[in-house]
Amino acid sequence: MSPALLTVSLILAGWLVLALGSLVLTADWSRRLVFPLCALLSMGLVVACLGHDHSSVDTGYWPIGLAGEVTPVRLDSLSCFFLILLGLVSAAVSLYGAGYFRDMSQTQPEALHRVTFFYPLFLASMGGVLVADGAYGFMVAWEVMALSSWFLVTLDHDVLAIRQAGFLYLLMAHLGALCLMVCFGWLAVNGDFDFSAMRQAHREAGSASVIFLLGLLGFGAKAGLLPLHVWLPEAHPAAPSPVSALMSGVMLKMALYGMLRLLFDLLGHPLWWWGVVLIVVGSLTALFGVLLAALQFDIKRLLAWSSVENLGLLFSGVGLTVLFHSAGQDTVAALALAALLYHALNHSFFKGLLFLASGSVLHATRERKMAKLGGLIRVMPWVAGVALIGTLSLAGLPPFNGFVSEWLMLQAYLLRPDFPQAWLDMTLPLGAAVLALVGALSGYAMVKFYGIVFLGQSRGLDVTMVHDAGYWERSAMLWLAAGCLLLGVLPNQVMGYLNGLTQTLLGPEGRVSVAHQGWLWLTPLSSQRASYSPLILLGLIAMGVLMTWWGVRRTFHGRYRRAPAWDCGYPAQTWRMQDSADGFGQPIKQIFEGIFGLSRVIPDPQDPAPHYHSEVHDPFWSILYKPLTHLLERSSDLLSRVMRARIALYLLYSFLTLLGLLALVTGSVP
Amino acid sequence: MPHWNPVPFAQQLLDLFAALLLLIVFAMLSQRRILTLIHLFALQGMILALSIADSAWLTHQPHLYYSAALTLGLKGVILPGLLRRLIGRLGVVWDVETLINIPTTMLLGIVLVIFAFNLALPIAHFSHTILRNTLGIALASVLLSFMMMITRNKAVPQVIGFLAMENGLFFAATSATYGMPMVVELGVALDVLVGMFIFGIFFFQIRDTFDSLDTRKMDHLGRD
Repeated sequence: MSPALLTVSLILAGWLVLALGSLVLTADWSRRLVFPLCALLSMGLVVACLGHDHSSVDTGYWPIGLAGEVTPVRLDSLSCFFLILLGLVSAAVSLYGAGYFRDMSQTQPEALHRVTFFYPLFLASMGGVLVADGAYGFMVAWEVMALSSWFLVTLDHDVLAIRQAGFLYLLMAHLGALCLMVCFGWLAVNGDFDFSAMRQAHREAGSASVIFLLGLLGFGAKAGLLPLHVWLPEAHPAAPSPVSALMSGVMLKMALYGMLRLLFDLLGHPLWWWGVVLIVVGSLTALFGVLLAALQFDIKRLLAWSSVENLGLLFSGVGLTVLFHSAGQDTVAALALAALLYHALNHSFFKGLLFLASGSVLHATRERKMAKLGGLIRVMPWVAGVALIGTLSLAGLPPFNGFVSEWLMLQAYLLRPDFPQAWLDMTLPLGAAVLALVGALSGYAMVKFYGIVFLGQSRGLDVTMVHDAGYWERSAMLWLAAGCLLLGVLPNQVMGYLNGLTQTLLGPEGRVSVAHQGWLWLTPLSSQRASYSPLILLGLIAMGVLMTWWGVRRTFHGRYRRAPAWDCGYPAQTWRMQDSADGFGQPIKQIFEGIFGLSRVIPDPQDPAPHYHSEVHDPFWSILYKPLTHLLERSSDLLSRVMRARIALYLLYSFLTLLGLLALVTGSVP
Repeated sequence: MPHWNPVPFAQQLLDLFAALLLLIVFAMLSQRRILTLIHLFALQGMILALSIADSAWLTHQPHLYYSAALTLGLKGVILPGLLRRLIGRLGVVWDVETLINIPTTMLLGIVLVIFAFNLALPIAHFSHTILRNTLGIALASVLLSFMMMITRNKAVPQVIGFLAMENGLFFAATSATYGMPMVVELGVALDVLVGMFIFGIFFFQIRDTFDSLDTRKMDHLGRD
């Protein structure tokens, strides 16, 4: 076992020890120790993986397993990248957790104990997913990840809605795991479940396609792809905010990791139509997710739908990579792959940051409904500041990180090399159009998020009681905000790092040079097409701000008086007159009404106390899930006629089955 | 005059034990009293132990002696003792009422024995062990014990049926092969013992919940 792999293994073991150690401590002490130590281990993980060379593959095994078996583990550039992502985000989330759960040590020590046990376990299981080099190890880690996060989601299990969300999450997680198990069963070579054996195998196109579809179902259920996304907007808001940040920022990426591992490592040669499937599913997911995000009234639910959107984008990027790779255009494939990995990292940062910020809002106001929030920028300047960076990144505005990766992805979409399938050349720009639309709509959703929550007037909430985030929380959010900015202004360095990764996945041709015009410019293809320099842009922005400030200072005479703003002739102004979350989402609701289920109560014009009410439903419930449950109920009704609930009868059934099988065996023996 | 192939004494003895086992299963099938049922079960266990010891002698495998001693101790003494204590504490002294009347059960049992022998015939051809025709009997006793579980209403006889089925399986294992590895036998013995304890706990639970050990009272799946 190489030093890097050993360090990673020890860090994962350290998380497990923290989980077990928290059992012997009191709730308060375990909070004080576990979270900072978790953060420390996360940083260790980042350092260990950053030092890992791209071309080298470290293999080894853990001496744990069933009946003397060992668990093979492996550290290559793909797992390294995702381990770095895990480490960077979990370090911030752990720091945040140290402060966030402070109140719980008095009010709910039992629940806090559960957090301090399952939180490190959750981290360790995600690390386990990333280093496992066999189907057994992978599935065990995958299931521990699902279960430990389930326990964290259902922390407030007294609330019915949270129990229901938890059940839905558990159900979908197990459906996905079932598909994955069948997928790995199909991948196994002569009963050998190690990935090393799976890599060597030669597969027919048919069986490889079945494996791909099973993998898509399994990983898609975890990533929240249409139509398996239903658990995501329920489970993420139900969890405590640091856990939502971790689930949205990191856990969903495990599905992406699994998909990449399956497509480019275990299967090896993806077929072109898999790419088409991925692009279609991913783009539809992205569009649907961002539309519903724009219509939510609950801040965490909005962010959860936005995660659906981003995972859709990532998977459509995987599809694009597959398409280019199968056409032999490895350079462009590398651009698409690097862009999507970049976006995965960026999404972890800004979504983690926004979930943490919304956690602070929730903690301070005890309110998740946008209709009650507003004007928080005055009482929570810190949170509002970092949330602004997060929203700008998510909306895809330069100079922050969201812009770079979405721009790179758009470049890959618009390239249109000559495919053997001519219709692909014509339809691929549609993907670019969807991407642009999604980007614009996510900007819209973010304006709504930030504008309603932080700007304007408070909507009936007593803001004098609201406090800003504590030091732990601030440091965590600053860390993520700094990451958003740095990833945005240093794209060439990030792309340089990702080059090594894409080469290991796509082959020696799979690298993309972005520094045609020197280190200052990000030029993905050639200087004729498009290039972007975040540093120059940042300089321009800074210069503009400075000059304005200087100009104002020079011309401003220094005298001012405070007076009420002109009220346009309406003497009585209340907070109810400002735009509401509902009102802001109205245009989207009108334009896309056909896509989602909408129930609306429009008051009568004569009504003296009018009350407008509308609710948006996820149409997949009525299209897909309700008929399914009906079918299940009908069939179980039929079955209950056979199951008369008598023990003697049950025994008789098994007896007759036994006799029938024995008779069959006797008949077949000559 | 056909050629007289003398069967060794030990082989004859084994056939005798096999026949006795079948007889005991039939007796259990027709027995209405629980206490007698337990005695028959104990007898079955002892004969099983004897037959294992006999096959050990026949095949010169000393480890089968341990197995025989284990069987004797566990199934001839401990389990019946536990069952007796259990019914003493539960106060189950009543007679067993069967779902199907006794003569019909016996007739069905005969059909099952024929079926079992028909089943064992091709398997016995494959088998090169000396313990050939005992396989049919072993299978028959498994099926008959299973039927006993079906035809009884009370929980205790059902459990005895289950344990008798396990005896039949054990007999099938020792007759079809030269006994199992010691580890497997120890494991099975432990399983049976643990199972017995669990059944004991369940008896009390059932009685506390339903005021009766009649499994017919549990026929509602909690719906009403």
